[in-house]
Amino acid sequence: MIIRILGEGQYEFDDHRLDELNVLDARLQDAVDAADPDLLRSVLTALLDLVRTLGTSLGADVLVPSELVLPAADAGLDELRDLLTDEGLVPG
Amino acid sequence: MAVMGIARRIALLFRVKANKTLDRAEDPREVLDYSYQRQVEMLAKVRRSLADVATSRKRVELQIGQARQSTERLQDQAVQALGMGKEDLAREALTRRSSALSQIDQLQPQAEALQAEEDKLTVAAQRLQGKVEAFRTRKETIKATYTAAEAQTKIGEAVSGISEEMGDVGLAMQRAEDKTAQMSSRAQALDELMASGALDDAALPVGQQDDIQAALEQSRGGQPTIDSQLAQLRAQLPSASPPAQLETGTPTTREGDEST
Repeated sequence: MIIRILGEGQYEFDDHRLDELNVLDARLQDAVDAADPDLLRSVLTALLDLVRTLGTSLGADVLVPSELVLPAADAGLDELRDLLTDEGLVPG
Repeated sequence: MAVMGIARRIALLFRVKANKTLDRAEDPREVLDYSYQRQVEMLAKVRRSLADVATSRKRVELQIGQARQSTERLQDQAVQALGMGKEDLAREALTRRSSALSQIDQLQPQAEALQAEEDKLTVAAQRLQGKVEAFRTRKETIKATYTAAEAQTKIGEAVSGISEEMGDVGLAMQRAEDKTAQMSSRAQALDELMASGALDDAALPVGQQDDIQAALEQSRGGQPTIDSQLAQLRAQLPSASPPAQLETGTPTTREGDEST
């Protein structure tokens, strides 16, 4: 599946490793719910590292929507909350 | 159905945006031109935003440069004042020097943060540029090859793909603009402080005369006080050395001391 990391671009990610990713994604939600910036930072770092390590970067000429979109590495709590509401996205 | 994770929700929100674009036109092929036009506008916007960030960074760097010159000038003045036995004046110069140094400490991370945003935005702009070119090629192929009905899926994919990229770049731009606005207002406040004279100690252009310099000149020429004459005489004695307390943290070696 195709995964985008905001600010970095898209990766092709092996579906078989999706479970690992889902675990971290759930913990990311926990971090947002708990409003815990330290937890957010550590989970997000692990999540992005997983995608960067296992994924293959897509070329510039590829035009496909992503099935998953991950926040930028330095995204804070407020930014993530904005992102999860419609207003957070600049119309494209 | 499993609870939807954060990554899937964000992806979905991006797709909703793309679908709004797709729903806009009767003939899906019209969307291609409409979207392409938006992409070109977006590229121009990103470049403007990049220029803004660079301007802000240069301004902060300029302030750092000015503060750095001040520290050198104040250091010279402190040495001169001490040489003339004007310890109060030397103390004043050193106090101002340390405030200029702390200004540099505050400005340095700002310049670095702006540089980081600039780098990120540069990469984002390049990526968008690549995607826009790919879209333009795809657009012409789709128009030439497919009927409206056949084109639907192809267009959907291309438009969703580019729309997501634009959303991504838009967010990067927003971040950069927020950071820049924050730092610009700080830089502006500093500029105003300097202009008002409140900080003239820390950022006076080299060559312009400040009050320490004026005091130095005055004690040098005209009618030197007995004290300063005594101090000068004392300074000429072979055993003359500055008071020990002023040596700490203050480098006393310097080149080209010509004591004009």
